[in-house]
Amino acid sequence: MSKIHAAAGLLTAVSLLSVSAAQAVEIEYWQYVFDTRIAAVDQLIEKFEADNPGITVKHITFPYADYQTKVIASHAAGQGPDVVQYFYGWLDKFVDGGVLQPLSQDAFPSAEIEADFFPIVGAVKRGDDYYGLPTAVRTLALYYNKTLLDEAGITELPDTLDELVETAKALTKRDGGGNLLSAGLTVGIDAQDHHWFREVLVRQFGGEPYDADGNVAYNSQAGVDAFQWYTDLQLKEKVGEQGFLDSQPAAFIAGLAAFTIDGTFRIGNLKDVEFEWGVTELPANGDGLRSSYSSYFANGIGAGATGEELEASEKFLNYLASAEAQELWLDVVSELPARRSAALTDANLADPLFGPFIRSLDYAHTTHFYDESGQKQVLVDAFNRVVLENQPVADAVAAAAEAEQTLIESYRN
Amino acid sequence: MASENTILGVGRFGRPNAVNDLNRSKVRWAWGFLAIPLLFFGVIRFYPTLQAFYLSLTDWDLLRPANFIWFDNYVRLLSDPVFWKVFGNTFTYLALGTPISLVLAFVIAYFLDRVRFGHATLRALYFLPYLTTAAAMAWVWRFFYHPPPAGVINGFLSQLGLPAIPFLRSTSYALPSVLVTAIWAGLGFQIVIFLAGLRAIPSTYYDAARVDGLNEWDILRKITLPLLKPTTIFLVVISSIGFLRIFDQVWNMNTSDPGGPLNSTKPLVMLIYQSAFNTYSMGYAAAQTVVLFLVLLAVSLLQLYLMRQR
Repeated sequence: MSKIHAAAGLLTAVSLLSVSAAQAVEIEYWQYVFDTRIAAVDQLIEKFEADNPGITVKHITFPYADYQTKVIASHAAGQGPDVVQYFYGWLDKFVDGGVLQPLSQDAFPSAEIEADFFPIVGAVKRGDDYYGLPTAVRTLALYYNKTLLDEAGITELPDTLDELVETAKALTKRDGGGNLLSAGLTVGIDAQDHHWFREVLVRQFGGEPYDADGNVAYNSQAGVDAFQWYTDLQLKEKVGEQGFLDSQPAAFIAGLAAFTIDGTFRIGNLKDVEFEWGVTELPANGDGLRSSYSSYFANGIGAGATGEELEASEKFLNYLASAEAQELWLDVVSELPARRSAALTDANLADPLFGPFIRSLDYAHTTHFYDESGQKQVLVDAFNRVVLENQPVADAVAAAAEAEQTLIESYRN
Repeated sequence: MASENTILGVGRFGRPNAVNDLNRSKVRWAWGFLAIPLLFFGVIRFYPTLQAFYLSLTDWDLLRPANFIWFDNYVRLLSDPVFWKVFGNTFTYLALGTPISLVLAFVIAYFLDRVRFGHATLRALYFLPYLTTAAAMAWVWRFFYHPPPAGVINGFLSQLGLPAIPFLRSTSYALPSVLVTAIWAGLGFQIVIFLAGLRAIPSTYYDAARVDGLNEWDILRKITLPLLKPTTIFLVVISSIGFLRIFDQVWNMNTSDPGGPLNSTKPLVMLIYQSAFNTYSMGYAAAQTVVLFLVLLAVSLLQLYLMRQR
């Protein structure tokens, strides 16, 4: 009897063990190294694991410079992540290469996504399928150094492009030799300004950056006028210089720039600076037309996730995209919630820092990038041709449009 | 050689096979030890090298299976203006970098050799940059080169009332500015090798020459330089390969637009890196790699031929 009992007990123990082993699923979550993002995800994982016993999430990070390569190379080696954070502009590459799987309609109904999220979520939709959901979104706005404005006795913030140039000119400081000592407005085509040109300036000068099929359309009078206006900031109005203090954000953080155009993500870098600063919406054109550029990192599900790992990944993704996670993300990372309900609260809209960014979500555009760094390089080169080699603006814009269109077509094949 | 040894062995020990066996077992041990690095090199060096030749004939993009496309990548290369610009840059680095650095290194080594007071300290100072990480050095120089008010050199110029020089923000100054740092970084190594070469020349030659009444210039021309030839050949080949492979200095001088402005500082190795890891055109990058390999091979063989012992 006792032997039978013992055997039965052992059997129960074994089956219990195997059940709990079957329930213990480990999934891998990948993102890039950025202190606040890591802290936010660690907190989210802790909460998620508490609510979902049996699922553990392994949080793996890589430096941003290698991140995309790591994702692609590990996919090639058959060892990709289960849930992965990716820049929306990488999606075509990831979908073509089979890095991601589409979200299932059962777990993530499209109608619900479209009702709850801001329209820019469409940038991760291909055909009828969504390939991920963002936790947070970022837009561009105009940062100003209030201390410098106060010193110059300027109380009115610029609301149009013309006012921006005038105010920036008044705030630019140069030494006797003409060397720039403090910029009125930073010029950084390699930072955020190429987005400002594409999605904001081209539209404000009456054009479209891309046509409905995604072909380059800024090779127009509006595009040339917009690029002329932009390059004039350095060449004619002399309010800033590309490369001043190494980079656009560095100049502003050093307190040596009155205005800079930057994203939501810069708020975190500005917490410890010794001057007063603020944020306002990007200036409108003379007709009051406003625009902004919005972008985001989405979380998608890796192609390799199947069975219970897929199920766990879907749960985790659902949690990352929940209103609760988005509110935490706003607190920790200072990025705007991607759900309307979480973003458009009275408190957020009235917030002096987040308000201008959130208001711009209504009119912001999201570029359909095929190769963001390549497309950025095209505009960096166009700027350098005008500024360093005195090429006429129209020729530089035409060459950039042609180069970018070639690049886009190479990715469509 | 082996048979000679065997005959000697027979004479000396009277046991025909003893030395033969000893040699064989020595050879076996030698091969045993050599096999490990050979295998290692075979797997991580030679196999990928051969693989690169194959890849250069495909359109592999890391994501999709590769298609064999014959010489399309090479045709694309020949008609790519960026490739030719970069190819030219690479040769500019080589053609300016190697002679300038060698002449500088020789002159410094030649005089340093005669300095007795503080010789070791001076030598250490010259060698120090060679020990520093290239990336860290490039960042320091980047701040030297900055426009005012942050740049050290331009800050100095503006104090003298001179106009600022756009070192890295100019398509004509950027490459020489980068090259200066690369030369400076490699100088210490070359000086130390030249010093060793100079010390290896027997002083009796110099004594004899002085007895014969040769002046310093003739001694340099007729004794020092000819006897330094093996050292010089070594340094020419090593430094040429170094300049043909330049990467980190260039990358770190301009991280937001590497190789810029307008590709004016971009070397071939960086184009390969960007083709491979920015656009994932692995096949195209492999074709560029094959071209670089052939260039390195040709340059090295040419130098060895020109500087061979007659």
